[in-house]
Amino acid sequence: MQAIIKGLVYVLGDDVDTDQIIPAQHLVLSLSDPKSRKRYGGLALSGVPTKQAGLPRGGIGFADPITNQSPYSIIVAGRNFGCGSSREHAPVALSEAGIFAVVACSYARIFYRNAVDGGYFPPFEIDQPIWREFCTGDEVEIDTLTNQLLHKKNKVRFTLKSLGAAGDIVRAGGIFAYARSQGMI
Amino acid sequence: MAGMTITEKILANHAGRKRVEAGEQIWIDADVLMTHDVCGPGTFAIFQKEFGQSARVWNPEKIIIIPDHFIYTQDAQARENVNTLDRFATQQKIRHYHKQGAGRDHGVCHIILASEGHNRPGSVLFGTDSHTCTAGAFGMFATGIGNTDAAFVMGTGKLWVKVPETIRLVFKGNLPNYLMAKDLILEVLGRIGVDGASYMAMEFSGPVVEALSMPERMTLCNMAIEAGGKTGIVKPDDVTKKFLQSDSDDSYEWLHTDPDAAVAKEIIFDTGRVEPKVALPHSPGHVKSVTEVIGRPIDCCYIGSCTGGKTEDFLRAARLLKGRTVKITTNIVPATQSVADDLHRMKIDDQTIADIFLSAGAQIGPPSCAACLGGPPDTFGRLEGRQTCISTTNRNFPGRMGSPDSSVVLASPLTVAATAIAGHLQDPRNYME
Repeated sequence: MQAIIKGLVYVLGDDVDTDQIIPAQHLVLSLSDPKSRKRYGGLALSGVPTKQAGLPRGGIGFADPITNQSPYSIIVAGRNFGCGSSREHAPVALSEAGIFAVVACSYARIFYRNAVDGGYFPPFEIDQPIWREFCTGDEVEIDTLTNQLLHKKNKVRFTLKSLGAAGDIVRAGGIFAYARSQGMI
Repeated sequence: MAGMTITEKILANHAGRKRVEAGEQIWIDADVLMTHDVCGPGTFAIFQKEFGQSARVWNPEKIIIIPDHFIYTQDAQARENVNTLDRFATQQKIRHYHKQGAGRDHGVCHIILASEGHNRPGSVLFGTDSHTCTAGAFGMFATGIGNTDAAFVMGTGKLWVKVPETIRLVFKGNLPNYLMAKDLILEVLGRIGVDGASYMAMEFSGPVVEALSMPERMTLCNMAIEAGGKTGIVKPDDVTKKFLQSDSDDSYEWLHTDPDAAVAKEIIFDTGRVEPKVALPHSPGHVKSVTEVIGRPIDCCYIGSCTGGKTEDFLRAARLLKGRTVKITTNIVPATQSVADDLHRMKIDDQTIADIFLSAGAQIGPPSCAACLGGPPDTFGRLEGRQTCISTTNRNFPGRMGSPDSSVVLASPLTVAATAIAGHLQDPRNYME
């Protein structure tokens, strides 16, 4: 996890489920084959209904299916992000597309665990529905040491909740690196 | 000192401690790790990367592999995933590998776990599938995890968990014959919402739950995840014992929640006042009474999955369909091969359940997860175009059963059968005496 994470924000609402993050028909793609793993990036968020894709306007694609990259590096979303399936393909797809942080009001617990234990990106939480105050494409900056999120154009700062013990695992790079650092394995 | 919940007791036992408190982060020992064709290959790859190409799993007897998602498809990558399971199971000497065609039961993992005796009261089960919580019906701690966590368990037999708070859902009153466990869990979802039990253990209790069969208790626990729950759980009792056909197995732990245990919340339901429920597109929390939506257009019907594809689900639907015909496409997908065998073996009067469905004009597909989660284009029952399907499955997210423009209404097997007969959304009470 970098000290400062900055880039363009992609905005989503409440209850974005894992079928929206990565539709089940694509789960046949191998996660261990480097080439097909990259394809997950291009398919990330391809199941989000058009109207809700890139709020507030909607209709904004997230990732380029040719380059498998997204111009966005931070997702800001509402409640219950990542609900549904336990598929780790969901955080992998976002990470492969180039996501470095997600900020949501709350997470479904398996998605949260997967993001942390896989060491993909920090899943920050904030109680207020701040996703309503951002437009897809706005520039933002997260200071992961002070848990400050800066909306650059509006010059507004939001304080994110501390990652707590989960932060140690993400910072280590995932559960394996963490367990090694603790002498557990 | 206050008492403990059943979930806290199981977790304390598996952490080697006398007591744990909700909110604590602890490391626990796993009893069983289950994986399938969608998450198995990714899990094995992480396991080998982290522990070495020739590393051995922590205990080959405690790892259960059940291919079930994409097993009846010609999709080359799906088949390669199953080949990967084959190789790993052979290499690691995994005895509990439930592959179709290998002379043992196969089909949806959560139902196989139950029917093959892998669910043990008081135990801890981790599974690479969010509906692993189904096994909580056996009075055990069962929860879904991702590939990385599963690879960690595979190598060490351990995982960290946050001890969940408990939300207690008490069902009292009569259970009318037109209600099924599916209606009860939809009632819960309508009441508390899709994140109403986030990070919590959902403990289902009360006289109505005590009177439910094991398959019906499994339906309740199955959809705990739809409320964000970490697990569903039911106190193990004589019904559990009878299902396990064991009075004497002293390796089971018959635990229960102490009367003075602290719970985060308790909600009491009077089942006599609950109506048959549906969840409209596109959220399992978008719950209505069927009476509010009778006549709504439906294009096809689906009875199957870990939620609604057990023998009892088909038996209830068949009672309604017997001697009647379906007006719209109706797909029947037994969860497992043994459920499929039941359909051909069990009779209502002199007609097999399978014959009742086929005579009514329904189609029966091979046992697997099938169209519950869409899948490759050749998946049995997969939704096309803008179809709306009423289904006994557990999720109706946008595009969940196939085409991104399709819609899903969730309901009980009885309500789906009534809708099949009517050709539009219908209340099962209209076809019952």
